Formats: sequence, structure tokens, C-alpha cells
Amino acid sequence: MRQTIVRNVAELPTYGYGPRSGPWWGAMGFMALEGMGFAIAIGTYLYLYAVNPNWPIGASPPDLWPGTAEAAVYLLSIIPNEITNRVAHRQDLAKVRVGLIVMALIGIALLVLRGFEFAHLNTRWDNSAYGSIVWLILGLHTTHLATDVGDTVVLAVLMFTRHAKPRRFSDVTDNVFYWNFVVLAWLPLYALLDWVPRL
Amino acid sequence: MSTVVDRDELRDDVLNGLQLSTQLERIWRTPSGLAGALMSVEHKVVGRRYILTAFAFLLLGGILAILMRIQLAGPEKTFLSADKYNQIFTMHGSTMMFLFAVPVMEAFAVYLVPLMVGTRNIAFPRLNAFSYWMFLFGGCFLWISFLFNVGPDVGWFSYVPLSSLQFTPTKRADVWAQMITFTEVAALAVAVEIVVTVFKLRAPGMTLDRIPLFVWAMLVTSFLVMFAMPSIMVASTSLILDRLVNTRFYDPSSGGHPLLWQHLFWFFGHPEVYIIFIPGTGMVSAILATFARRPVIGYPVVILSLIGTGFLSFGLWVHHMFVTGLPQLGAGLFTASSMLIAVPSGLQIFCWLATLWDGRPVYRTPLLFVIGFIVIFVIGGLSGVMVASVPIDTQVHDTYFVVAHFHYVLIGGAVFPLIGAVYYWFPKIAGRMLSERLGRWNFWLAFIGFNVAFFPMHFLGLIGMPRRVYTYTADMDWAHLNLLSSIGAIVFALSFALLLVNVVYSLRKGALAGDNPWNASTLEWATSSPPPPQNFDRIPVVKHRDPLWADGESLPVVAGLSAERREVLLTSLAEAEPQTREASPEPSIWPLLTAIATTVFFIGSIFTPWAVLWGTPPMAVTLIGWFWPSGSKEDEE
Repeated sequence: MRQTIVRNVAELPTYGYGPRSGPWWGAMGFMALEGMGFAIAIGTYLYLYAVNPNWPIGASPPDLWPGTAEAAVYLLSIIPNEITNRVAHRQDLAKVRVGLIVMALIGIALLVLRGFEFAHLNTRWDNSAYGSIVWLILGLHTTHLATDVGDTVVLAVLMFTRHAKPRRFSDVTDNVFYWNFVVLAWLPLYALLDWVPRL
Repeated sequence: MSTVVDRDELRDDVLNGLQLSTQLERIWRTPSGLAGALMSVEHKVVGRRYILTAFAFLLLGGILAILMRIQLAGPEKTFLSADKYNQIFTMHGSTMMFLFAVPVMEAFAVYLVPLMVGTRNIAFPRLNAFSYWMFLFGGCFLWISFLFNVGPDVGWFSYVPLSSLQFTPTKRADVWAQMITFTEVAALAVAVEIVVTVFKLRAPGMTLDRIPLFVWAMLVTSFLVMFAMPSIMVASTSLILDRLVNTRFYDPSSGGHPLLWQHLFWFFGHPEVYIIFIPGTGMVSAILATFARRPVIGYPVVILSLIGTGFLSFGLWVHHMFVTGLPQLGAGLFTASSMLIAVPSGLQIFCWLATLWDGRPVYRTPLLFVIGFIVIFVIGGLSGVMVASVPIDTQVHDTYFVVAHFHYVLIGGAVFPLIGAVYYWFPKIAGRMLSERLGRWNFWLAFIGFNVAFFPMHFLGLIGMPRRVYTYTADMDWAHLNLLSSIGAIVFALSFALLLVNVVYSLRKGALAGDNPWNASTLEWATSSPPPPQNFDRIPVVKHRDPLWADGESLPVVAGLSAERREVLLTSLAEAEPQTREASPEPSIWPLLTAIATTVFFIGSIFTPWAVLWGTPPMAVTLIGWFWPSGSKEDEE
């Protein structure tokens, strides 16, 4: 078939930020399906809550401090996360490196706190359906957290190598975007796990 | 935004036609040899593998179906034992649903969607390769388990407490639950790729109201996958945790609830039917427009019907649970929603009939399969409206009436369009035509065989034959209809054998297809058959809903993309305005290595929970290898 050139796209950039970039949409897709996974897990919790006359089953509610401390760290982490976002848009490599290191350290601190949270659930996974669903939900979010921390660490290392090309700043902003989802996912789970048993 | 424009870079606007083709083929081709095959990230290579693998599983699932029909052909047969029959009907259902029906639809999308939207590769090609390996390993794992007599035996729905440790103490249910995880990982990955490909990689000018209907269908399907499949993943993970580490999700003695399984399973399981059916409707729209020689009437109606079907499909899972005892309000609500879904499906059928009526139809094999689809699907739809009603469902629940109904819906709704699609797109994929003569035989054997096999099952159900029984006594008076059904099943199986013969014969001796043998209107026909590695030498510009019909012999295209690295053009969501030129990944071994590490992790965890610990580092290492930009031309400079 004959072809007629009607436009030249040579001047277009070779990467974009946010909705202009493919990986941003990929992250959106994974957030949608992971968010659905959390929604289903929350539905499972509420179903078991509804069919049992006593809740929590044979256990006291989780100790509040680890989950609350995590929620506070999550919310505060939005500040360095947003700063990282801004310096990535400005393509300021030195500050991006600092931002990624800070975010990686926050993530590691949250994983440590998460360890305490498991220890303070006051139930084991095999005690009852209550224990099972609490451990499942916390396990799901921990996997979610750990993969994002891993991603942040690898990206931070990458930015110290010769691969720190301009388009990597777009990857950094996607990482920032995804972290906001990790934070957002935690808030309803915190309310569910720590406060619903106290209703 | 910062702009990186390297004016020294070789661009496609300075090369003439032959130079450009040669240069792009060199850049985009899959490396030769075994290593190249294992590293390939080309959507057409992965798509072909996916299609062939899914059809291989169809063959295996079909053989099981024939074994079941031999067993049931007469009363009190001892061809299969009860235990083997349980494994076989479980493997048949699991294979057909998880290893054939969903994957084959996604496989066609993997191959076709990038071509139909006018781009050079799918979004996230390495994820695409990874998804295929996961699908392959998960399917092989299930079938190897079956051959070693550890195949699941509690139905494709794996209801608890049947599948709990108490009633299935061997590894059979664990195998089923882990196979689910494999196939869901694969399906979810493809769903995200398709959504991003459609949203961001469409050719300039392909606005939302110019997207081909098959692509629309796959977009809706992908969203269904993304929102339905997490449910089965939570369900199967909970099941395997109950079995392996003694959690209590489904144990009523510790606050668990068996019906929780059914809710989670059917919240996935009913949309699953539409995940299989909606791509079929997309295939029908594509085939119908070409052979009716006019665009599908009611393009916006068809799209709204697809979206409406997608939404409604989430609101009817409870109709699978009518006999579990529901509050009356719930039963009424789910009856209404179950009947309501017939409306968008019916609208599409009327649009197709109107298209045929108003067109100048050419009755070639693909169109015959579409007509067969309409007949069979309407019968299945009518029996679906029947079982949407609580009183009727209560009578026929778990009888052969339901077996007849869902085979009419699934085979009518998906397999007939799929076989039509094979005949329709084979010339594009293989470069040769399938034999029309064998195709007509194929269709009539399939149509007659199918109806002889499954229509009698309606009556068998109405006179009380339950599902999943491995035999029956002579005094039940079910023998004649069962024999008829078994004969029909064998004829139906012969039609697939004929399809196989046709494919093998035509690959060698079929007539050369040319670029657009059917005079179709969508972009996949604007490139050669089979398409080159780069799909298009220059990215097309779309100005009409049916570009090849509207633009005649001259296709508008863009220039200015790199001719020395893999590059795809990204466009805006609604208007498809060009935005960026992004790099597309090079071939890589890491997706395969990651799939191997993930397989070891999943299979290991069946046997020891410690596999979660020792299985994680290899996964992390392979993922880092995948993520690391080594090999990218930009990063090597």
C-alpha cells in the first residue's frame, strides 16, 4: 500500500512524565488490580466479621501503637516523597539521589515497624478465622511494601551509576506516584485492623 | 518537560522504502537460535506461542471430554473409575477455563491489538514474555501432576469443604490452587499490557470512536480481568493457607465459613464467563464487518453494550448460589441483574443481524462460524434467562441442564467466534490462506456435532440426571440421550481434527494470502502477511473508523521515529495526539529466568512454607536483572 507522510514526529521528546509516560499507566494498572485485591481482602474481613457473633474471635484487639506509628510515618513520608518528585521533575540528580535514599530508609523503617505490628496482633494466623484474615491482610500489605522498598533501593543504586540518564527521572516520579498508593492503601487497612475490632 | 532530541540520530525520514524496511527489520527482529527464542519480546512471537499453547491445552481438555463421553455413553460402564472420572472432569474444566479459554483470547489480543492500533510492539514486552512463561509453566505443572496421579479431583470450582485438608488430604487441591496463581499472574499481566497499549500506543488520530470493535472488546475484557481475578487469587491463597499452615478461613469450627469460598469464587467466576465471551463478540464484529462488506451498524451501541455487559457481569455472581439459601431480597436482586445482562448481549446481536441484513454478505468460512455463533449463543442465552430465575434454577441446579446451558454459552459465545477468527486471521499470521473447502466441512461438523452433543443434555437435566456422576443405572432411562450426546461429542471432536489438518496442510500448501485477502478495513491488514518484526515501516495516521476502506490505496503515515533503536510512538488518551517517542525494550533472558524463579517459589511452597523464604532471593535477583537497564542502547552509549 502506498504511504503518504502527513506528519513528522522527530521533535517529540523521548520520554514523558505522568500520564504522558507508558510506565505511569502500567503503574496505574497494577494499582487498580492490587487495590481490588485489598478491597476483596477487606470484604473477606467484613464477611467473617458479619457471620461471627463475637469479634475478634478469642483474642483482644491488636495493640494500637505499631499500626498508629506506621500510619504517622506513612503520612509524614509524603513530604520527602513529594520533594523527590519535584527534584526529579527538575532533573536535579544530586537531590534525587538524596530523596531516594531517604525514601528507602523510610521504607526499611516501616518494614521494621511492621515486624513489631505482627508481634502485637495478639492472635496467631491459626487461632481462628479472625487471626487468619488479619495475618493475610497484613501479609498482603507487607508484600506490597517490601516490593516497593526493593524497587526504591534498586532505583536509588541505579541513579548512582552511568545509567542515570534523563529518562530515569521519569522512573523516579513513577516510583513516587506508586509510594503514594502504598500510603493510601494502608489507611483503610489501619482503620480496619486496629479500630474495627474496638467497635 | 525536558526534551531530548538527538539530531545526529538516524531517523526514518531520511531513508527510502527498502532501506527503511531493511534497517527496521534488523533492529526489531528476534535474534536467531535457541537463545533468541528464549529471549524474544516481540508481541507476535509471544502471541503465536500463546495461541499454540492454548490450543494444545484445548486438545488435551478435549481428549478428556471424549473420555468422559465414552464413559457416559451407556449405563454402568467401567471404562473409568469414579476416582479417575473425578480427576478427569476437574482437569477438563480447569484446563478449558484457565488454560484455554481465557489465555487463547488474551493470546489473540497479544498478537492482534498492537497491529490493529498501529504500533510496533505491545506495551511492556518483557512483562508479556514473562506472562507467557508463567502460563506455560503453570499449565505444565497442572498436567504433569495429573499424569503422576496428583491431578485435582474436586471440580474446577474446588468448593470447600471438598477441597479442604479433611476431605482432600493429598496434594491434589494444592496443585489446583497454585495453578490458579500461575494462570492469574499471566492473565493479569496481559490485561495491564493491553490496557496500556490501547490507551497509549494507538496510532495518531485513532480517537476513542475510531478504535476497532475487537480492540474495544479486549479493552473491556482486560478491565474485567483486572477487577475479577484478584478475587480468585485471594480465595485460592486462603485455601492453600488453610491447607498448608492451618489458617481457618473456611473452617466453621473456628469462625470461618464455607460460603465465603463460593462468594469469592463466583465473584470471579461469573465475570470469567464474560472474560471469555466479550472477546468472542469482538471477533464477531471484526469478521462480520468484513464479510458483510459494511461497517457494523450501531458502533456506539456495540461499545456501550460491551461496557454495560462488563459492569453487569459483576452483579450476578450470587445466581450461582441460589440453592445455598439467600434472603428473598438478595434472590430478587440477583435474578433481576442476571436477566438484565441479556439486554446488552441482545443489543449486540440485533446490531450484527442488521449489519448482515443491510450488507452484501459473502458466505466464507469465518462468516459461517459467526452465524453458527449467533444461533448457538441465542439458545444458550435463553436457557440462561431460565436459570436466572430462582424457581427454575432450584429445579435444574447441578443437573445436565446447566451443563448444556453453559456449554451453549461458552462454546457458542467463544469457541465458534474463535474458530471463525482462526480462519479470518490465519492468512495474516501465516501468510497463507486456509482451505475454504475443508473450512466448510469443519463448520458443518462442528455445528452439527455440537448440537447433537449438547442439546440432549437439556432433556437429560430436566429428567433428573445430575452433573459430575461417573455412571448411572439402566433403569434411569438416560441411556439413549447419553449415547446420542456421546456420538455428537465425537463428531464435534472430528471437526477440530479437521481444523488441525487444515492448518498443517495450509501452512505448506495454502494459497499465498497477500496483505489484505479479505479486503478488510482495519490496520492489521495494512502491513504484509505475516507482518515484519517492526509491524509497520511507518506508523499509520488514522482519519476514519475504517481506514483501509476510507483511505483507498494511500495510507497517511508519520515519519521521524528513530531508525537505529527500538522506538514506539505514544499518543494521548482520548484524541490520540502524538506525545512522546519512547524506547521499547530489547530482547532479554530475564523474563524467562524470573518465571523459572517464580515457579520454583510457588511449587516449593506447596511442600514447605520455608520456600517462601528461600524462594524469594532468586526472584529478587532475577527481577533486578530484568529492571536493570543493561542492554538498552541509550544506556550503553
